[in-house]
Amino acid sequence: MSTSLEIWVSAALTLMVMSFLWRDNPFYKFAEHLFVGVSAGYLMVMGFWSTLWPNAIVKLVPTAARVTDPTAALPDREPLILIPLFLGCLMLLRLWPRLSWLARWPTAFAVGTTLGYNLVRSVRSNFLEQIHATVAPGLWISSASGGVDWAATLNQLLLVVGTACALAYFTYTRSGRGFRGGVARSGLLVLMIAFGASFAYAVMSRITLLVGRLQFLLGDWLGLV
Amino acid sequence: MSNWFDLSTWNLALVLAAMGAAVWWGVRGARGGFRPAIRRIAGVEAMEEAVGRATELGRPVFYVAGTQDLDDVQTVASMGILGAVGRMTARHGCNLVMPTDRSLVLAAAREVLRESYTAVGRPDSYAPDMVSYISDDQFGFAARVDGMIAREKPAACFLQGAFFAESLLLAEAGAHAGALQVAGTATNHQLPFLVAACDHVLIGEEFFAAEAYLSGDPEKLGSLRGQDVVKNVAVLLLLGVPLVVTLAGVAGWTWAGNLRDFVLRLLQT
Repeated sequence: MSTSLEIWVSAALTLMVMSFLWRDNPFYKFAEHLFVGVSAGYLMVMGFWSTLWPNAIVKLVPTAARVTDPTAALPDREPLILIPLFLGCLMLLRLWPRLSWLARWPTAFAVGTTLGYNLVRSVRSNFLEQIHATVAPGLWISSASGGVDWAATLNQLLLVVGTACALAYFTYTRSGRGFRGGVARSGLLVLMIAFGASFAYAVMSRITLLVGRLQFLLGDWLGLV
Repeated sequence: MSNWFDLSTWNLALVLAAMGAAVWWGVRGARGGFRPAIRRIAGVEAMEEAVGRATELGRPVFYVAGTQDLDDVQTVASMGILGAVGRMTARHGCNLVMPTDRSLVLAAAREVLRESYTAVGRPDSYAPDMVSYISDDQFGFAARVDGMIAREKPAACFLQGAFFAESLLLAEAGAHAGALQVAGTATNHQLPFLVAACDHVLIGEEFFAAEAYLSGDPEKLGSLRGQDVVKNVAVLLLLGVPLVVTLAGVAGWTWAGNLRDFVLRLLQT
């Protein structure tokens, strides 16, 4: 059995969290509140030192870089950083009801720039490149010897038809009946088969996580394995 | 000129312009009075049922807008669905609980709910405390929400947004509490978990179409019609181009080769 205080604390917290499998109880509540409090505090401190300090303070007052690293090279001053800093400060105006409407500006800025930036990226990577990768090989796949690779050809045929049916499922201005309805239902079937395979794969990875925790409890803590 | 425009990506500009034109055509038709028939989306129709069930049982409705910030398009889409759910809970007089893990989402969600409650004439029922901040940490947030669900036993859970490894933790807690769960996400690798653990799921694109469907706004429905044109063209490309590629390769027809080269260049980014 371990004599390390760190391992004992880890093991106790692991058991407290796992006790939720039985029912909600004071031990789980303790672990939950500890987790939320520690993580919120940790991320706030990390946010200050890894985001606010290097991206705002140091760019406005370059000598501040020496606070965290006395040998650091001094960067150039970047006054433009005042713009995002100003938008960030506007967020705090939410605390004053008379000026809280100004807090909508940084939110609108974040949403607008994000949507604009992602529009091109999404069309490129989620639409055009996906279609290109599906259709470029054609339907007739040749083997290395020059003949037809029947397995690869069948695979490609399934991929093309399955993708087209799945996409047809996501059209909304149609009825659920007739030929188009049948194609869409086939698309849903393709999606469910894909989800089933993905679920099984993910369950295996979750079991690996469980095994890791059990190895910690039985090995590192109790020394049984 | 080349410093301002990357002319090698002309095809991307062409495709974006065509997509924009299709959506514009759909919206213009809607403004002209055309109202497209939209097929039934089971997950969206279940939302009203879920809120009604919570009202009858006298238990709260939980809404989780994913675990990403407002710079994720799924979180933005989730705010639209939240608006519709907020109008439902306001009409039914049902208690809504919304834990968040991002400060921007907290601020946006409060604005959305305040507008929803005001829109249905129940501004007095809105309380900022409906939306609370938990933690930016993914599993800290999941642990807290699981605990809240276990204690408050909601009758309905809406998991709408971008989810990652915490998706099954949240969905399983809701299922254990006996809640009617309506999930929606475009995060492909989490969809299997939500399909397995929730009663209704908005799969991928359905999640983005949900707001238009819920609002019944003719212009938004017209936009769906325009997007459907784009999807139909994509289906035609998926079925037609492999045939052209095969003909060009096997039969060696010149016109097929030229058409193949043009279409593949159009799709290459």
